[in-house]
Amino acid sequence: MSFFMENILTIVCFFPLTGVVLILLWPRKGEQENAIKWIANIVSFIGFLISLPLITQFNVEGYKDAATGMRFVIRANWIETIGAQYHFGIDGISMLLILLTTLMGFISILSSWSAIRERVREYYCYFLLLQVGMLGVFMALDFFLFYVFWEVMLVPMYFIIGVWGGPRKLYAAIKFFLYTLAGSVLLLLGILALYFYQHSVTGVWSFDILALQQLEIPLELQGWIFLALFLGFAIKVPMFPFHTWLPDAHVEAPTAGSVILAAILLKMGTYGFVRLSLPILPQATMKFLYPLLVLCVIGIIYGALVAMMQKDMKKLVAYSSVSHLGFCMLGVFVATPLALEGGILQMINHGISTGALFLLVGVLYERRHTRMIADFGGLSQIMPVYATVFLIMTLSSIGMPTLNGFIGEFMVLQGVFADPTYRLWAVFGAVGIVLGAAYMLWFYQRVMFGPLDNPENQKLLDLNWRELATFVPLIILAFWIGLYPKTFLDYLHDPVNQIVERVHPGEYSPLPVQVAVRE
Amino acid sequence: MPEIPILENLLESFQAIGPQIHLIIWALGILCVDFLIPPGKKSFGAVLALSGLVMAAAQLYWSWNAGPVSVFFDMLTLDSFALYFDLLFLVAAFLVVLMSYKYLDVEGEQHMEYYALILLATAGMMFMAGAIDLVSIFISLELMSISTYVLVGFLRSRKRSNEASLKYFLLGAFSTGIILYGMSLLYGLGGSTNLHEIARQISQLENHILLTLSLFMIMAGLCFKIAAVPFHMWVPDAYEGAPTSITAFMSVAVKAAAFAIFFRIFFVAFGDLREVFIFPLALISMVTITWGNVAALSQQNVKRLLAYSSISHAGFVLMGLVAGTERGVTASAIYLLTYTFMNLGIWAGVILLRRKDIPGERVEDFDGLYFKHPALAVVMLIFFLSLAGIPPLAGFIAKYYVLVAVLEVAFMPGEPYSSLMVWLAVVGALNVVVALYYYFRIVVSMFMKTDFSPAPLSFSKGLLVVLVITGFFTLLIGVYPEPFIKLAQAVSLPLI
Repeated sequence: MSFFMENILTIVCFFPLTGVVLILLWPRKGEQENAIKWIANIVSFIGFLISLPLITQFNVEGYKDAATGMRFVIRANWIETIGAQYHFGIDGISMLLILLTTLMGFISILSSWSAIRERVREYYCYFLLLQVGMLGVFMALDFFLFYVFWEVMLVPMYFIIGVWGGPRKLYAAIKFFLYTLAGSVLLLLGILALYFYQHSVTGVWSFDILALQQLEIPLELQGWIFLALFLGFAIKVPMFPFHTWLPDAHVEAPTAGSVILAAILLKMGTYGFVRLSLPILPQATMKFLYPLLVLCVIGIIYGALVAMMQKDMKKLVAYSSVSHLGFCMLGVFVATPLALEGGILQMINHGISTGALFLLVGVLYERRHTRMIADFGGLSQIMPVYATVFLIMTLSSIGMPTLNGFIGEFMVLQGVFADPTYRLWAVFGAVGIVLGAAYMLWFYQRVMFGPLDNPENQKLLDLNWRELATFVPLIILAFWIGLYPKTFLDYLHDPVNQIVERVHPGEYSPLPVQVAVRE
Repeated sequence: MPEIPILENLLESFQAIGPQIHLIIWALGILCVDFLIPPGKKSFGAVLALSGLVMAAAQLYWSWNAGPVSVFFDMLTLDSFALYFDLLFLVAAFLVVLMSYKYLDVEGEQHMEYYALILLATAGMMFMAGAIDLVSIFISLELMSISTYVLVGFLRSRKRSNEASLKYFLLGAFSTGIILYGMSLLYGLGGSTNLHEIARQISQLENHILLTLSLFMIMAGLCFKIAAVPFHMWVPDAYEGAPTSITAFMSVAVKAAAFAIFFRIFFVAFGDLREVFIFPLALISMVTITWGNVAALSQQNVKRLLAYSSISHAGFVLMGLVAGTERGVTASAIYLLTYTFMNLGIWAGVILLRRKDIPGERVEDFDGLYFKHPALAVVMLIFFLSLAGIPPLAGFIAKYYVLVAVLEVAFMPGEPYSSLMVWLAVVGALNVVVALYYYFRIVVSMFMKTDFSPAPLSFSKGLLVVLVITGFFTLLIGVYPEPFIKLAQAVSLPLI
């Protein structure tokens, strides 16, 4: 095993820092903006490339930890006195999210090329720092380390919204920060409760997430801890009624900020539920299941209805996120094997389609400096390529067969429906899909079709090669997942089975795992 | 030759207080050479003070592994608790002197007494850290307080400074009186002034009303000194009016010294009375954290804002005392250490903004700092994030540790106060959010507004050194706190 493969997680996680250092050290004389942009783009692209071995080498036996099934594990003592460790490791769920992060990180940096004109140096530094924080969250297997990364990424995101955002950027930025922080500190208390419980049972001071997943915690304590963790994650997702920061943050953030926010940051919340709440506190999850499902369903329907009424494109997409993530959480909380796997796949899908939709809105905004739907109409006549990409992503978002959204939504619905106890909830979910189709198609219609009567719109240019380059990988992925999801689902079976077994022991037959282990 | 135990004890005693003697000799030396130094060169006092502090630190280093000794017939002790705080005071005083010399020039009040008084106050604090007798506690407290009263009013031509000094002096004297009254009751009940002896005697008494009275009087007086709500009224005025360097000194070193005797008295003498004071103290801690933060929200003056922030931080340190465990003491010790670094860093920034004819105390004075001095603004950002408790910075480790200490008690089997502890932890945690909001008002000024006043900042080598040292430790303690936690763990040993 080479040095690179042994430390691949550390390298992938901290690689963006090389970009930060380079950008900071780059000479300041003269016009250096292009050089800075090139550095950021190249670094984030390399960051994506070096994360690819995570998927190609995933099933190589040597990289798998036999006891836990985690891959590429790195473990070292960090703060011995409190038992915190530097502990990285990934399974199928985190691997897909990490690849999504490195890809979306590169795409959003590429998409900023002409949108960001001031304070360029800083902008890219914050973006690369943000990347480190997000990757760390998905890799950490130590709760303390997890929390550190979880908080670290707040600061760069605050600045991205607060410096390069729209007219109400300061309000949106601090709202984002305070909301998330309020959730985080309660999350910290939950983590500490787990820490003490673990010590009282095993006599070891440790934040090891995998060890915590083995604990049998008394139900009452589980309930309290679940509430603490829930607030932390639900604000991040965001679930109704904690979603109010999201429209503000999305509307005010620069395009790339919205893309990263929607595609990755929100996934940290859902990932938290999947990785931590469910496996560590399975009985509490079941205890609170019905209130949780109610929140999910309200989120789905309320988000969709509000989205329908929006005049601002970004707000529309933001509320559609609330709706989609409600869907995703529905699958996660019901936690039958199919529903959970669908929920996780839906996390990826939402990252692809909503990320792309924000990019598309950004393209228009850069040309016209407005995002009001009423200012547009008939764009398909002069921007055919743009209209095509927009259509693909709209269809992906509403779950058109052959595209990724369909697979995820279908799996969630089927998984929820398969268990008679939850059948009714699937109906609500289906209503959300119908509403989703309604607001997205209506949105598309108002922007793309109809007469091209606004003179300012008549000279709009179609996508240039750079913009197209940001969409191509997303389109490919959308079709790939839509046509042959097995490539990705194979990685999810194993961890999903483990979580389901933890939440509903012996109730469901596991998904068939057929992985060709390589030497 | 016959042994003379008293003499031997005295010799050993004077060896043990070597660092303090060093400071006092250097302080007196500064006063003596004052008349030799021409008026324009008075900042030479800073050099002397720094050498004195370094010598004292060297002396301290030699006694580091000496083990706990009790000297001057059990007046003072030299244990790990005292040594830790001694080190903290020396570091704080060193940084404050570095911050001061240019600042005093800007204020036009460069006098050598200033440095002598800082050394004397530091010596007083070091005696406080080691004091285990009511008499030595009181005398050392006075040595520190009186030096500080003078320092607060050091800008003698400034009305605000005079007012601050008078206010601080009156309320300080009043609180000292209350402490003294409590001590006299304690002496009457315990029949001794030695804390260990008192603890032995009062364990015989059961629910004695005078004992409770004495406890609460001492507690109230000490809460004055550490600026806990509702005894905090003097803080914003005193902090605002005092020379900024002295404000910095008070917010870290003076406060830490008061905490040192707070811990010593409450652990050693009142260790058995936990159920009497735990509820009021927990309440004070919660109210202090919350009120400090809430009041800071609307402040326009940075010195007042930081004064309220410092009140709320005192509440966090108190959480360690409320926990009352080994981990609690460790937590408070770490908190005070990290607070020393990050807070001195912030104050160094405020001092930089004080220029000739520009007070530089309003939040708007930070506007656009980033565009003029990006490195400084980033360092200030780090300090603010650390004060708010965002990882991976020192302030997070500190807050984390006090929360752990409190929750540990909550999870102890059979603990009667577990729900109180949980509430304390929740209040503490949620206050992080409030605090972040007002710290970020200044961050917004620095990074997102553009009009910076063109007058150059009052840079000096000393201030740069302070910023580098404090910034370095704020990062280091955040990323790799292990050695510092180990250091602080030793602190709790003599108390538990």
